[in-house]
Amino acid sequence: MPPPDRPDADVKRLTFPSDPARLADVRETIRASAGKCGFAEADVDAIALAIDEALANVIKHGYGGSTDGRIDLEVRAIDSDRGRGIEFYIRDYGCQIDPCKIAGRRLDDVRPGGLGVHIIRSVMDEVNYAPCRDCGMSVTLRKYLGQRKETRPE
Amino acid sequence: MSSEESIRSIRRDGQATVIDLAGDIDLHRVGGMHHELLGVVRERPAKLIVDLTSVGYMDSSGVGMLVDLFRRVNGYNGFMALVGPNPRVQNLFEITKLDRFFKIYTTVDEALRAA
Repeated sequence: MPPPDRPDADVKRLTFPSDPARLADVRETIRASAGKCGFAEADVDAIALAIDEALANVIKHGYGGSTDGRIDLEVRAIDSDRGRGIEFYIRDYGCQIDPCKIAGRRLDDVRPGGLGVHIIRSVMDEVNYAPCRDCGMSVTLRKYLGQRKETRPE
Repeated sequence: MSSEESIRSIRRDGQATVIDLAGDIDLHRVGGMHHELLGVVRERPAKLIVDLTSVGYMDSSGVGMLVDLFRRVNGYNGFMALVGPNPRVQNLFEITKLDRFFKIYTTVDEALRAA
């Protein structure tokens, strides 16, 4: 559940099925919200990519590709000790996965698949997965203004 | 850019095949697109050029498709190159460090000359 000190009026809530056909529209919503929070265009694109990857993982792993699962997405502007930014809370009702086992793979092993978690962690400043009480998982992802992560190759 | 677009054209010219992709290459689009492009790779073109100039967005499933095609073409000693990724797609290649793996050119002619 989102922290209780956040006024509901500042929260954008979406509920949609686990259908990949919905991802393009959701990306546009994410872009609009990130832009309103003051992120530059390159960051807006990167945030939309990261959240898209998180949603794709829910569809693939949480619901095993089934298109009729439920996904809840909450988007809110945040102002915390780390600064201003944006927070995404994604909730599904599918399979539960041990958060310790959600990890990116080595990039020098060039092969298809397994890049989503790496992209998410490269772009976002905070990523917290948690199993929910009854079923499914939640992931909270935060990105702060003025803390552009180095996503270029070292 | 409509996300309905995917494979705009497949042009065979001698030993080269140029595939022009467009729109969003994401989890929704990649399945059918990958299937169709595997059919092209089975023809074993000596040069396979994938033009990304009109691709507006790509996610990791799109990157995975390109890696799979690349490995298959390399497997028969063919040449595969990508052309014209926009900054959004280029950044995805950099995040995943695949900009070091893919051969990327600015124009189709440049890619054909490089083969």
